[in-house]
Amino acid sequence: MKNGIPFELRSVELGRGEHLKPEFLKVNPLGKVPALKDGDFLLAESVAILLYLSRKYHAAAHWYPPELQACARVDEYLAWQHTAVQLPATNIYLCKSLLPYFSEQSVDPVCLDRLLGKLKPALQHLDREVLAAKPFLATEELSLADLMAFTELMQPTAVGCDVFQDWPRLAAWQARVEAALGPELVRDAHRLVLQPRDPRDAQRDPKLAQELVQRLLERLS
Amino acid sequence: MRLELYLDLLSQPCRAVYIFAKKNDIPFKLCTTEVFKGQLLSKEFFQINRLRKVPVLKDGDFILTESSAILIYLSSKYQTADHWYPSDLQARARVHEYLGWHADCIRGTFGVPLWTRVMAPLIGVPVPEEKVQRNRTSMDRALQQLEDKFLGDRAFLAGQQVSLADLMALEELLQPVAVGYDLFEGRQRLAAWRERVEAFLGSDLLQETRGPILNILEQAVNKKVPNPPPEVYPYMLLRISRIP
Repeated sequence: MKNGIPFELRSVELGRGEHLKPEFLKVNPLGKVPALKDGDFLLAESVAILLYLSRKYHAAAHWYPPELQACARVDEYLAWQHTAVQLPATNIYLCKSLLPYFSEQSVDPVCLDRLLGKLKPALQHLDREVLAAKPFLATEELSLADLMAFTELMQPTAVGCDVFQDWPRLAAWQARVEAALGPELVRDAHRLVLQPRDPRDAQRDPKLAQELVQRLLERLS
Repeated sequence: MRLELYLDLLSQPCRAVYIFAKKNDIPFKLCTTEVFKGQLLSKEFFQINRLRKVPVLKDGDFILTESSAILIYLSSKYQTADHWYPSDLQARARVHEYLGWHADCIRGTFGVPLWTRVMAPLIGVPVPEEKVQRNRTSMDRALQQLEDKFLGDRAFLAGQQVSLADLMALEELLQPVAVGYDLFEGRQRLAAWRERVEAFLGSDLLQETRGPILNILEQAVNKKVPNPPPEVYPYMLLRISRIP
C-alpha cells in the first residue's frame, strides 16, 4: 500500500477455516497466508513476498538497500525474526485472542505468561543492543526489517498484550515506524485485529471451532 | 584482513556455510568454535557475537550472523555462479520462499535427534519417548511438504539448478541421518534429490565437512564423546526443555 503497488486484496479468513479449503490450497498448498498470485506465478512466505514486491515495483532503496552490508543487515534481521519474534509473538496472540474465542474459555494466564517469557529475549536484544546503536532495526533508515517487526509486534499488542511496556527504546522505535508508515495506513491494515471478535461467529461452525481449538492447543503446549 | 568464519561443523547451518565457501573457492580463515566445549560462552566470542551463536562471519569490522544472510552476502560479494542465488526475480523469490518455510518448519525440528540420541543421554537427561515420536511426526510432515511443494517434479528445491535452498536443506536433513535415523528410506524422490545435490557438491568436500557429525554417534556408543564443561549444562538443559 505504502509503495502504491496496485493489487487485488483477497481476504482469507483463518477464523472461518478458509485457509484449509481446496480453493485456497490451490494458491498455497502450505495452507498459509500471506500468498501472492502474479499472473501464473504463485508465491508464499511473507519475507519472499516483500522482497519480490520491493524489487518488481522498484520500491525506494531504503526498504531493501542495494549496498552489500546494508542489505546483509536486513537479511540478517529477516532470518532471525522467524523464531525469535514471529513465532513467540504469534503464539501470544493465539493464546490471548484466538484460542479463548474458539474454545469459549477465558485466557489461560499460566500459558500466556510462559509465552510472554519466550518473546522477552528478543525484545531485550532489540531494545538494549540493536536500538541502542541505531534508530531502526537493520540500517539507519526504515527497511523491510522494521516493517516485519512492526506488524509482528502489533499482533499481540492489538489484542491487549502491550509488549512494549518495559522497553522504552522499542516503544520509541514503534512510534517512529508508525509515523513513517502513516497512522491511517497502520490502522487500516490492523482493522481486523484491533476490533473485538463477534462471539456468535465462533459457534457458526462448531466442528471447525473444535478442530481449530485442537490445533491451537497442540501448538501452544 | 582475511574473511573469518566462526563455525562448529556439528551444526547444520555452519556446514551449509562451510560447503558454500569451499565449493566457491572463497578464501577464509576457519575459526572453529565448538558449542559442546563451551566456546560460545567465552569472553572472546561474546565480542564476536553477543547472541552466542554460530555461524558468524567477520569481514574486517563487519560482523554478520544468520546462515542465510551469510550465504547471500558471500554469493553477492564473491559473485558466485548465478544458480546459487539467481538474479531472475521469480527464481530468486523461490529461494526466499524456501528459506522462509525452512526457518519455520525445518530449523529446530531436524536438529532434535542429535539431542535425543546423543547429547541428552550424555548428560543423563533422557528425552521421553513421547517427544521422540512427536519429533518424528513433525519431521515426516515437513518431509512430505518438502517433497510435494518444494521439490515436486523439479530437480532441485527452488528450480532446475542447485541453489542456497538445497544446501540449507541438505545439511539439516543429514543431521538425523548422521545419528542413525535414515529419513531418506522410503522417500525415493528425496533420496534422488540428495544424490543430485551431493554429486554436484562432491564427495571429498562433503566428507571433510561432515567428519565431526558423522563420527559423533560412534563416539557416543564407545563413550568417547567428551563431557561438556559444566558452564554449558544450563544451555543444554534449556535446549532439551524446548523439545516439544
